[in-house]
Amino acid sequence: MSALRRFVDKIKPHFVKGGRFSMFQSTFEGFETFLFVPDTVTSGSVHIRDGNDMKRTMIMVVLALIPALLFGIWNTGYQHFLAVGQEAGFWQMVWFGFLKVLPIIIVSYVVGLGIEFTFAQIRGHEINEGFLVTGMLIPLVVPVDVPLWMVALATAFAVIIGKEVFGGTGMNILNPALTARAFLFFAYPGDMSGDKVWIEGLKNGEGIVDGFSGATLLGQAAQNQTTFLNGIGEPITPFQMFLGNIPGSIGETSTLAILLGAFLLIYTGVGSWKIILSVFAGGALMGWILNIFAVNEFMALPFWQHLILGGFAFGAVFMATDPVTAAQTERGKWIYGFLIGVLAILIRVLNPAYPEGVMLAILFMNVFSPLIDHYVIEANIRKRLKRAKVQAN
Amino acid sequence: MNSDNEPLFSAKNLKLLKEPLGSSNPITVQVLGICSALAVTVKLKPSIVMAISVMAVLAVSNVVISLLRKRIPPRIRIIVQLVVIATMVILVDEILKAFAYEISKQLSVFVGLIITNCIIMGRLEAFAMGNKPWPSLLDGLGNAAGYGLILIIVAFFRELLGSGTILDYQVIPNSFYEFGYVNNGLMILPPMALIVVGIIIWIQRSRNKDLVENR
Repeated sequence: MSALRRFVDKIKPHFVKGGRFSMFQSTFEGFETFLFVPDTVTSGSVHIRDGNDMKRTMIMVVLALIPALLFGIWNTGYQHFLAVGQEAGFWQMVWFGFLKVLPIIIVSYVVGLGIEFTFAQIRGHEINEGFLVTGMLIPLVVPVDVPLWMVALATAFAVIIGKEVFGGTGMNILNPALTARAFLFFAYPGDMSGDKVWIEGLKNGEGIVDGFSGATLLGQAAQNQTTFLNGIGEPITPFQMFLGNIPGSIGETSTLAILLGAFLLIYTGVGSWKIILSVFAGGALMGWILNIFAVNEFMALPFWQHLILGGFAFGAVFMATDPVTAAQTERGKWIYGFLIGVLAILIRVLNPAYPEGVMLAILFMNVFSPLIDHYVIEANIRKRLKRAKVQAN
Repeated sequence: MNSDNEPLFSAKNLKLLKEPLGSSNPITVQVLGICSALAVTVKLKPSIVMAISVMAVLAVSNVVISLLRKRIPPRIRIIVQLVVIATMVILVDEILKAFAYEISKQLSVFVGLIITNCIIMGRLEAFAMGNKPWPSLLDGLGNAAGYGLILIIVAFFRELLGSGTILDYQVIPNSFYEFGYVNNGLMILPPMALIVVGIIIWIQRSRNKDLVENR
């Protein structure tokens, strides 16, 4: 470690102002603070001092994503071997999934960080850390069969239009990872929805078992199917939905793995438990209301099953809690999360064009969160003014 | 027209023609006429027709209002302006229906909605009411050209990336599609027009710092 420190100190003079590579100063600084926690301390009137800076916070989210990622890698292999009808061992499935998922992760990081570094050089500010998380979120919310150039394009779109035009990390209105997904969803619907994209190899259809269906459970529910079937026609139990060996985007299927990540986020205080809880509450309530007024099978789907299907849990834990785009006030977080849950189920069940409403619900509430904050603060001011008047009397 | 012996294309008059193309562009700087920019720019051909229609309406109404400017009672000037614009729009609409029926169908209500295009009302009110016919004509042509320029740039990218064609001729070779290239469906949706306009504004402002507002 100290050798590394010495090396960094040795090359540092070249990168500071006046040095040979001073134009790459932000790049150097980005790597240096990535390797070593900077010793700069907040000065001025900030009252909370914490050794946990943005890079360490972001890494915590990446760590929380690892269970979902690992499960997604295994599930990719599992679904593939189910589709081609071969027996395969555990490690064989993991290896297959790893080879499919790794390129998506690499493309997402290379493109995203490339743009981040370029912007940092042009604008002469520090490298923004936000992409550490975004780069991991993007691969987890796309189907495994998505072409890599589409991932690259969506990442570029999300970083430039979703973030850099607003001024970089911390200034964006919309969650960048969801911006990338929304871009893919609307630009290339053929590769982002339907029942052919979720399982590797289904699209070109070679060696697939006869009659195999790759429809996601939500896709089946939208067809008003009463019992969910996996690809080869076996029924799927709610426990399997919770466990997650069902078709879907890479990281979204396993509610169990997502909850593991959620515990880490809540324990370390990085993710807001209020938002996570209220998203689930909102979703459950809306599902329950739809149950009461059910006129078709989808509306009659037990409300708790909505919470473990599709991207609901993933969105609630990793997308809605994004501290930049979520509501900032404590009461606002309850409102923000609750409305995400309500809207997600509403779009999911009542709009047949969008089988998954979580993405749109979160993006929509991202736009509204400053408004929510505004009214929460206004209400608080009014309340306190009223109290002041009463005391004056 | 030229009572004060100013040359027809004096520097001042040329500025009327040139400025709307750049530093006072009606769409990217004044942010007017956005709704038609979103609606008609899916393909290049309707955008060109739209640009020409707006140019005809704006140039002629500007001249007419400028000729009438001393006769129009100020209290009913908006009504008079609207009558002039509406007449021109109906003329344009009828001509399109007669000679370019297909495009007229594609543009549908948006030809009629030229009446409500803020650029036209804005120029009549801000320029033609207080200037002579010749500068008014140039101002009308310039602003309509500025509007049309942005429309055509936006439509070019939306048609190229959204449909793979330019003026309905396929320009992206079939071999691309065989390799897995897919047309970008988002480009066909209206939000993308807004984003493309936004990118144009971004580029324009980073080249011309005068346009950036001071905070």
